[in-house]
Amino acid sequence: MSDATSPGPDRKAQIDAFARRHRFKWWEALPWLLAIGAFFIFEPYRALGAQIFATVLFALSLDLIMGYAGILTLGHSAFFGVGAYVCGVLSVHGMGDPLLGLLAAALGAALVGFASGAIVLRTSGLTLLMQTLVVAALLQELANKAHSITGGSDGLLGMKITPVLGVFRFDLFGTTAYVYSLAVLFIGWLVARNIVESPFGRSLTGIRENVNRMHAIGAPVDRRKLIVYTISAAMAGVAGALIAQTTSLVGLDSLGIERSGDLLIMLIIGGPGKLYGAFIGAPLYMIARDRFSEINPVYWYFWIGLFMVFIVVFARGGVLGMIERWRERGRR
Amino acid sequence: MSGLALETRALSKAFGALAVSQDINFKLEAGARHALIGPNGAGKTTFVNLVTGVFAPTSGRIFLGDEDVTTMPQARRVKRGLVRTFQISALFRKLTVLENVTLTISEREGVANDLFRPAGARRALIEEAYSLLEPLGLAAEALRPVSELAYGRQRMVEIAMALALKPKVLLLDEPAAGVPTTESATLVDMIEKLPKDIAVLFIEHDMELVFRVAKRITVLVQGAVLVEGTPAQIAGDPRVREVYLGERKHT
Ligand SMILES: Nc1ncnc2c1ncn2[C@@H]1O[C@H](COP(=O)(O)OP(=O)(O)OP(=O)(O)O)[C@@H](O)[C@H]1O
Ligand SMILES: [Mg+2]
Repeated sequence: MSDATSPGPDRKAQIDAFARRHRFKWWEALPWLLAIGAFFIFEPYRALGAQIFATVLFALSLDLIMGYAGILTLGHSAFFGVGAYVCGVLSVHGMGDPLLGLLAAALGAALVGFASGAIVLRTSGLTLLMQTLVVAALLQELANKAHSITGGSDGLLGMKITPVLGVFRFDLFGTTAYVYSLAVLFIGWLVARNIVESPFGRSLTGIRENVNRMHAIGAPVDRRKLIVYTISAAMAGVAGALIAQTTSLVGLDSLGIERSGDLLIMLIIGGPGKLYGAFIGAPLYMIARDRFSEINPVYWYFWIGLFMVFIVVFARGGVLGMIERWRERGRR
Repeated sequence: MSGLALETRALSKAFGALAVSQDINFKLEAGARHALIGPNGAGKTTFVNLVTGVFAPTSGRIFLGDEDVTTMPQARRVKRGLVRTFQISALFRKLTVLENVTLTISEREGVANDLFRPAGARRALIEEAYSLLEPLGLAAEALRPVSELAYGRQRMVEIAMALALKPKVLLLDEPAAGVPTTESATLVDMIEKLPKDIAVLFIEHDMELVFRVAKRITVLVQGAVLVEGTPAQIAGDPRVREVYLGERKHT
């Protein structure tokens, strides 16, 4: 250990290092390069690719509240589903413009996020977990009952999505879907990244690490949580709308808590609170499920369960946590 | 102006049947160096929690300056300059030392509501945070996560975060607890060097520190004020010897 009492000549170096943490690093280009490469290499899988991108965006939205602000939820599918239904129902009624659909989905989900957040965020821990679950279950039941609008358990019928920007039609090969989803994910990532690097985003980590201290330094904790919850809901709504648009399908399962559970697993595999966990966990999970389900879908949750035990015992912090530990060791 | 930084009138708190604070009338003068002492479980920390707004009192009133803050939310009292430290360090453990203090300054300045500009762009705040670490001997560890620091060092971060808020009234809950004797000199030095206009109330078990720093002492026993006075009066008070100083000899 160095001499703790000397101010140290490295004051400037330390402050520089600290102040420059938000700058782009070379490896942050990797996901995008990979996505562009995969477009050409895995041509038959473009439709799956589009779904993966939307799911990454969904996981990214969860990371904002769970990984950064420490808000535990099992009801995030509520916002995904609201987004999917909003843009789906609009398209049934002749408003099938994709971008308009995304915007409406974001607004609708944000509204539901704000309203439900204002109630459930007063609690924490298990109570919060239960309440978020209840919100998702309630919305699912509502969608089920509103058969005339949503199609109930039959799913929404007659979605008509018009070409993106009036030019790019959604084709059977998923080419438009791939590029479109990737572009939306890119924007979502820019937004999320900007938030977590902002003073607001940093204060979220404070809330996660020690909420008592946040109160003691005069932070409006409840307001911060509600703001990020609303933003996250909007983002989840966009993810839901993306999948609805690119598959032309919306069903009750889009609101289901199984989806929330899957999402949680993806984020834990990738590593929460580091922004890129979503980019690792979601593709891993979805590609693995795609492969395994060809063999035997029944065993999927068995393997996933086993894998989760492995992560919790041996790889805390998910894949990113492991990478970080390797780098730490390399430095010593 | 009453010349008081802080005042409580008949402040009481009960947890169910357990009366933890009983009818506490307390005055903290502007610029005070005031010690609150008492045996374990006397209700000292509870008093801090009441005054800062962590707990709502069962009855009684709290004044900050001339303002009645009894029902004011915790965050707003902080904005009025009422700042506390924790007896058991309450830090952002996974974040670096510099981040802990920078977050605090961001809250003080109200910039923590900003969603747009990167945090690193506000260099002046970071410089200020770093400057707070230097006299406390924390500069070399500025970029290490708090969780990797020895507990004694964490106590120093605790102090740094309180100072980062530029307090007008500072409540220190056993600042020296867990600080090794080799470092407690820095701490005492730090407390003594605090600007004169800050009113300081500190809870402490270390009598040497109490008598060295305090101009006034309040003794709390079983949730009630037993006696208040100058260090000389307290040292000479037979009741204090009996319930407190006497008891300390066993430990
Ligand atoms: N949240 C709470 N709920 C119930 N009882 C509490 C709570 N907080 C404190 N108490 C009780 O109040 C009494 C006073 O506790 P407090 O922590 O204020 O004592 P203290 O004087 O700070 O003691 P120490 O010197 O050990 O820090 C104790 O009996 C404690 O068990
Ligand atoms: Mg105490």
